[in-house]
Amino acid sequence: MKIIAKRPEALTSAAFTYCPGCLHGVAHRLIAESMDELGITQDCIGVCPVGCSVFGYRFFDCDFVSAAHGRAPAVATGIVRSRPESLVFTYQGDGDLAAIGTAEIIHAANRGENITVFFINNAIYGMTGGQMAPTTLAGMKATTSPYGRDTEDVGEPIKVCELLDSLAAPVFIERVSLLDVPGIIGAKKAVKKALQNNRDKKGFSFVEMISTCPTNWGKDAVESVQWAKENMLPVFPIGQIRDKGAEK
Amino acid sequence: MSKMLMKGNEALGEAALRAGCRHYFGYPITPQSELIEYMAKMLPKCDGTFLQAESEVAAINMIYGAASSGIRCFTSSSSPGISLKMEGVSYCAGAELPMVFVNVVRGGPGLGDIQPAQSDYFQATKGGGHGDYRLIVLAPASVQESVDMMYKSFDLADKYRNPVLILTDGLIGQMMEPTDFPPMKTDAEISKLRGQHKSWCLRPRSKDKVEEKHVIKAFEIDPVNLEKNVLSLYEKYARIEQDEVDWEEYGVVEDNQILFVGYGTSGRIAKTVVDMYKEQGVSVGLIRPKTLWPFPYEAIKKAAKKVKKVVVVELSMGQMVEDVRLAVNGAVDVDFYGRTGGMVFTPEEIKEFADKKLAEVK
Repeated sequence: MKIIAKRPEALTSAAFTYCPGCLHGVAHRLIAESMDELGITQDCIGVCPVGCSVFGYRFFDCDFVSAAHGRAPAVATGIVRSRPESLVFTYQGDGDLAAIGTAEIIHAANRGENITVFFINNAIYGMTGGQMAPTTLAGMKATTSPYGRDTEDVGEPIKVCELLDSLAAPVFIERVSLLDVPGIIGAKKAVKKALQNNRDKKGFSFVEMISTCPTNWGKDAVESVQWAKENMLPVFPIGQIRDKGAEK
Repeated sequence: MSKMLMKGNEALGEAALRAGCRHYFGYPITPQSELIEYMAKMLPKCDGTFLQAESEVAAINMIYGAASSGIRCFTSSSSPGISLKMEGVSYCAGAELPMVFVNVVRGGPGLGDIQPAQSDYFQATKGGGHGDYRLIVLAPASVQESVDMMYKSFDLADKYRNPVLILTDGLIGQMMEPTDFPPMKTDAEISKLRGQHKSWCLRPRSKDKVEEKHVIKAFEIDPVNLEKNVLSLYEKYARIEQDEVDWEEYGVVEDNQILFVGYGTSGRIAKTVVDMYKEQGVSVGLIRPKTLWPFPYEAIKKAAKKVKKVVVVELSMGQMVEDVRLAVNGAVDVDFYGRTGGMVFTPEEIKEFADKKLAEVK
């Protein structure tokens, strides 16, 4: 029998806890495939956030630590400063990284910590039930913006890649899309590059993945992907923002 | 070795280095800044990690990460900063991480002031962060004791996989005293200390992944399991209460008329009060708790048996006094004398108060 598709070795057999149509599974797979291909799983230490991926430690076959809301980059800093031989990565959502954890992500990036940050942006708080996120689009409805996000009142959605691009230290910043096959192929390249940088001790790498939340958007999986392409990508354009590693 | 003349805050840092601590994460705040500055100066000289974090919140979460990897690490702050750290302290306690942190207490509430105080006793011993947990809390009364307690705190943290808090104050932190230091741990000893945590800590695994994966978390979604986890924490806390309670007795004898209770700076001032009574030929004693948790309930209960008054002195509006009342359990009146907001009492003030209280009994 010829195996034509299988679970990456870097994923455990634990069943995902994500909703049907959610793209966390795709993001997990891309990270795990890259870990397999680079042969680094045994050296990886993951930091999972508070949010839908709070159970991330169940799914990856490497050591893991569960951080407080927003603090993953600080926790990762503590680990990498005491275990410089390991590859430390965080996996964070938009509420975690761009609201409560804004200080932690900016300063870890500014110090150029040798960590990799995977940032899942689906413009909403998933786990707590669909509240407005720092990346919620203008006019977009959420349970805490029931009349649509009023940017006059609460500001425009935050573009984290562009924000981090103002800092000197980060070596790699890229925004990718999980919304279709070309997007996923591009995402895989960025994820692998970020982990490669980590292995080669190049410094701070950041990959933002544009994703969906069918459950809290009130749409099915196909509608969600279509909606995200039409509405999120114009605000959060995909593309490589920085690759200092390649310049050297 | 001859004694060294050193400031309390710096002595804490030197003791941590000698205990084999090579990782410090902190944020500046008065009156503990000499400590963070000492670590900034010394750690690069011994291949250690000094990192000034973006906030106290970040610093304690760096500690959470560093302690997860099984190394000796500590952070320090003063009252308002400690409030910020409480999130991470709760996580460290829940995840059973060995780590040490220092509170050089100043006047509160709020921003308060920068003078010495003891008004963080409740926060230190009754919670502070969320959830069912306990910290081991050590309260030094001199620079020498700061050194001895700091050195020992890492052993306690390792032994019980539990956070240890050194509760000192702006007075002990800022004063200089001649001090003996314990020997510097060798690299071999430090490496051995780290080795003791290899069964649970975060680390790179061998290529074949024969070793189990390790997960560090203070999170358990199933209430049945979370209750089990907390019960197991409390079994550990019972062992700590059994074995680690520590206090000093000064002039405690059968015919004491007054039993004073005070910790840290207050305990030290109360010693002078005991001496003043002794000169007058009046028998009084002092119990100075050295561990605030576990608290020396039994020692206080025993010493208070035949006295006419118990007088508790604190640089606060009265926080530890509640534990003393629990210890005495109504057997004798417990009176309280305190100054707060960064004001420090004199021995004369305390004696005047105690004289009056004693006269009420007679």
